[in-house]
Amino acid sequence: MLIRHTPHIPTSEITDPQVYAGRRDFIRTLALGLGASTLGLAHGAETRDGRSRRFDNLLSSPLSTIDDKLTPYQSMTTYGNFYEFGPDKDSPAKNAHRLRTQPWTLTVDGEVKAPKTFAIDDILKWAPLEERIYRMRCVEGWSAIVPWVGFPFSELLKRVEPTGNAKYVEFWSLADPEQMPYVRLPLLDWPYIEGLRLDEARHPLTILALGMYGEVMPKQNGAPLRLVVPWKYGFKGAKSIVRIRFVEKQPNTAWMKAGPDEYGFYSNVNPDVPHKRWSQANERRLGEFLKRKTLPFNGYADQVAGLYAGMDLRKNF
Amino acid sequence: MRFNPDNRQLGLIKVALFAICLLPLCRLLWATYTNDFGPNPVEFVQRWTGTWTINLLLITLCITPLRAMTQMHWLTRLRRMLGLFCFFYASLHFLSFIGFDHDFVIEDIAKDIFKRPFVTVGFAAFLLLIPLAATSNNWAIRQLGGRKWQELHRNIYLISILACVHYFWLVKATALLWPLAYSIGVALLLGWRIRERQRKAIPAPQFQNAKPLKFFKQKPE
Repeated sequence: MLIRHTPHIPTSEITDPQVYAGRRDFIRTLALGLGASTLGLAHGAETRDGRSRRFDNLLSSPLSTIDDKLTPYQSMTTYGNFYEFGPDKDSPAKNAHRLRTQPWTLTVDGEVKAPKTFAIDDILKWAPLEERIYRMRCVEGWSAIVPWVGFPFSELLKRVEPTGNAKYVEFWSLADPEQMPYVRLPLLDWPYIEGLRLDEARHPLTILALGMYGEVMPKQNGAPLRLVVPWKYGFKGAKSIVRIRFVEKQPNTAWMKAGPDEYGFYSNVNPDVPHKRWSQANERRLGEFLKRKTLPFNGYADQVAGLYAGMDLRKNF
Repeated sequence: MRFNPDNRQLGLIKVALFAICLLPLCRLLWATYTNDFGPNPVEFVQRWTGTWTINLLLITLCITPLRAMTQMHWLTRLRRMLGLFCFFYASLHFLSFIGFDHDFVIEDIAKDIFKRPFVTVGFAAFLLLIPLAATSNNWAIRQLGGRKWQELHRNIYLISILACVHYFWLVKATALLWPLAYSIGVALLLGWRIRERQRKAIPAPQFQNAKPLKFFKQKPE
């Protein structure tokens, strides 16, 4: 029997690695150039070192927390929860590259006079972008200091007219199994839905964030658009939002469905109300070895405690 | 040909095994030296020490089945070191819990042990390990006597089950894969022992049709 060996590829046909790398660089430059020229901001584009594009002319906000040093960018982008990309702390950083953030639209509907759909590039121009440095406290007991980039949620309210029936706001995250592999698993009842009372959403501390650390939002942190509510546990801040719905009744959120006795609707940071399985009295700042005391409303009590006057926060946890 | 090391070779194997068992500790020391514990240092240290405790526990439990299957009886002479390293990493795990989580405040530690079931179970497993580690020398074996010593050390079966429960209880419902894998490992290792026990316990065949012996056909008058 004659066995034919496949002929060796002549060295002349092997692409020189430098040419190969150069080709990638060329495409990248082209993509960046195209993006920047046609989309204005090249949203979601990455620079050569893998970091996102920087925003220019950010306003600093008097509402920023400036008495603590920032958590390193590296920590905030490699450690976190984003179950659509996997259950481990490092899964978002590993899998979020599959997310396509351009084109991206946000649909606003429910109890509004006229439902609308906005393109992300238009949303970026709604208001001057601010840097908001906030404490962030995860329900699991870790915390961070994050410089978000965004604007108050009330900017959205200026552009849609909620009807008198609107009492709550629902935030829907993208749930596309093509881009988010773990949406195929029943880790949570997809899509990820979070909610706020309308007055909480309107509070000046509540922001729609489009970036962090002066840059376009990294995919693993909820690009292109996420919610940040600094006095609540981190999971209240829905990531990669595609739909905002104004509703009459209190939303049944993804985490409330997963564990109604562990995750309440309000989920205000409260050292006096333990989680079913652990105390919430202390927290560990990312990067630090020893714990520190958790502050009521995550240190924003002066600004937000009034929202809950007369409520029993042990019951409404 | 079955490998059967002489004393010198066994000594070398032990030195090598000792060095290997120190590697997870080296990883921690290296992280301390380079200050590279990742975003959540304490979680890293606790997971690392916990994982190596249960790894060594399973490896220790592997010795007896491995020995029975391969007839390499010298393997038993490595068991003490493996068991002690398991205790060593369990101690580091426990130290990181009382130190990093509770700043060594006894009252806080006690509260946590009683309040959180997975801590209770982990603590119980650690307590049960202490007498095993303490009686892991020849002197203790002589004092206790072989049978008693063995009975005491069978506690490792209970400890391995507690370790699995501890692991299951601490992870979220979304990350059960590893605890499940370890529990299957423990189940196999304990299952093998139960089967062996039953096999050895089969009584010698009896004469089922035998009648009681009669010396006289009839009662003598």
